[in-house]
Amino acid sequence: MNLEAVKSIYFFEMARTRRTLLQSVVSPVISTSLYFIVFGAAVGSRIQEIDGVSYGAFITPGLIMLTLLTQCIGNGSFGIYFPKFTGTIYELLSSPVSMTEIVLGYVGAAATKGMMIGIIILGTASLFVDLSIAHPFVMLLFFVLTAVTFSLFGFIIGIWAKDFEQLNLIPMLVIPPLVFLGGSFYSVNMLPPFWQAVSHFNPVLYLISGFRWSFFEIADVNPVISLVIIIGFLAVLMGLLTWIFKTGYRLRN
Amino acid sequence: MAPIVSVSNLVKTYASGFQALKDVSLDIEEGEILALLGPNGAGKTTLISIICGIVNPTGGTVLVGGHDVVTDFRATRSIIGLVPQELTTDQFETVWNTVSFSRGLHGKKPDPAHIEKVLKDLSLFDKKDNMLRELSGGMKRRVLIAKALSHEPRVLFLDEPTAGVDVNLRKDMWKVVEKLRETGVTIILTTHYIEEAEEIADRVGVINGGKILLIEQKTELMKKLGRKQLRVELQEPLQDIPEALGSYDLTIGDGGGSLIYDYDTSGERTGITTLLTALAEAGIRLKDISTQQSSLEDIFVELVGARA
Repeated sequence: MNLEAVKSIYFFEMARTRRTLLQSVVSPVISTSLYFIVFGAAVGSRIQEIDGVSYGAFITPGLIMLTLLTQCIGNGSFGIYFPKFTGTIYELLSSPVSMTEIVLGYVGAAATKGMMIGIIILGTASLFVDLSIAHPFVMLLFFVLTAVTFSLFGFIIGIWAKDFEQLNLIPMLVIPPLVFLGGSFYSVNMLPPFWQAVSHFNPVLYLISGFRWSFFEIADVNPVISLVIIIGFLAVLMGLLTWIFKTGYRLRN
Repeated sequence: MAPIVSVSNLVKTYASGFQALKDVSLDIEEGEILALLGPNGAGKTTLISIICGIVNPTGGTVLVGGHDVVTDFRATRSIIGLVPQELTTDQFETVWNTVSFSRGLHGKKPDPAHIEKVLKDLSLFDKKDNMLRELSGGMKRRVLIAKALSHEPRVLFLDEPTAGVDVNLRKDMWKVVEKLRETGVTIILTTHYIEEAEEIADRVGVINGGKILLIEQKTELMKKLGRKQLRVELQEPLQDIPEALGSYDLTIGDGGGSLIYDYDTSGERTGITTLLTALAEAGIRLKDISTQQSSLEDIFVELVGARA
């Protein structure tokens, strides 16, 4: 294991965050605060409690997940796409690093950044609403698993993408609808039966539901199923990645 | 001694179907400077990319320091340094960080003293805190070399290092190459500039159409393929070649002021002695005699032109 290389990639990527502090940290905090002002304070005050939880608190786990997902996919994809775009990837490919080490460096950094922002959002949320976390360890488990899984998803998108259009396709077009329709702002039980059934095909529903359960012990689906789904998705991504490494897909061909 | 780089029957066919390398075999000895000459698209960069691990080979094997570049890539890539053809840099990084990053990637512990030395050798030290985008093209080229030297490689690949570089920088670079050679580093460079190969290389390889056309000691090559030209300046100009000299392959130069005789140095007899005797017998008086050896460029053009 070339640990020096993993460290180098990790800190090189983290340094990029320092340079773009405004864009990477301040902007998600502002947008989340806006959600709380609009949904929490203005609209939320007219919405009754959901399963005994105030509306502002109810949406917090979903908002954290929304940010975590977009940030991790964005960081993970950009981190590996950028060297491809500028051509500096030659160095990575000609270094004595295995693909596993490359993934550890890039995905580790992307997940760290995503989690940092997630924690900041959690802090911001606690300024607006009363939050209690019923199962801190379960919460942490969902938090870390989601960050790692979606950073890895981003990494694969970054390898697959041939241009900026493709790079942004999934984060911009696919993730937001999944998050919004995955019960970030409502309980799927509020939906008509048909849409309830449709919602269960949305993987993000399981994430948000499980994460919310760790806060308030209320869930749309059994949290164990949530955990199985996210671990399953992680396994699928790992399989895809193994194939990419074996074939040199879009890297060494 | 076993060669430091050994390429056998290497083939590369890209997904598009383009065959960039067709059965290339080549040994590179430790400590030598090898220049690979070839026109654009000859396969030079593909060959280097496979040795360095950037591109997967379709067939054949490459050993570096006795290790296979595919199965034992850690051993091979940690002793290789690569300066790519394109000026690809992380625009927003500082010189110091990007060079230190390269060292880390190669699994070496941070060594500020070594990085400092490399930067000083390349006259980059006073720019160490500058962002790369602030540097000129020539300075960026130096940074790429510094990155390649950051992990103390034993084999250094320079892919067209002096393309678009001014004379001063080119001279500086040759000084660095000379210094590296003294420390025993093997250097492989590709170039369009034949004078570069002529000046610095120990051996010259010519590659075209994915094949190595020849690989030879530079001096041997010049001797073997070198044609020489004998120029005889005359006291009195001639209109035509005298009949007595008709059997020699002569041309008239300088508007009749000189005779030019082409001969092959590898031939058993050059024919110079008999020519000079014949000239004397024909009553032609000579003012001066000079010979000129064809350059690598002539050899190269001839070779590539003939087989392309």
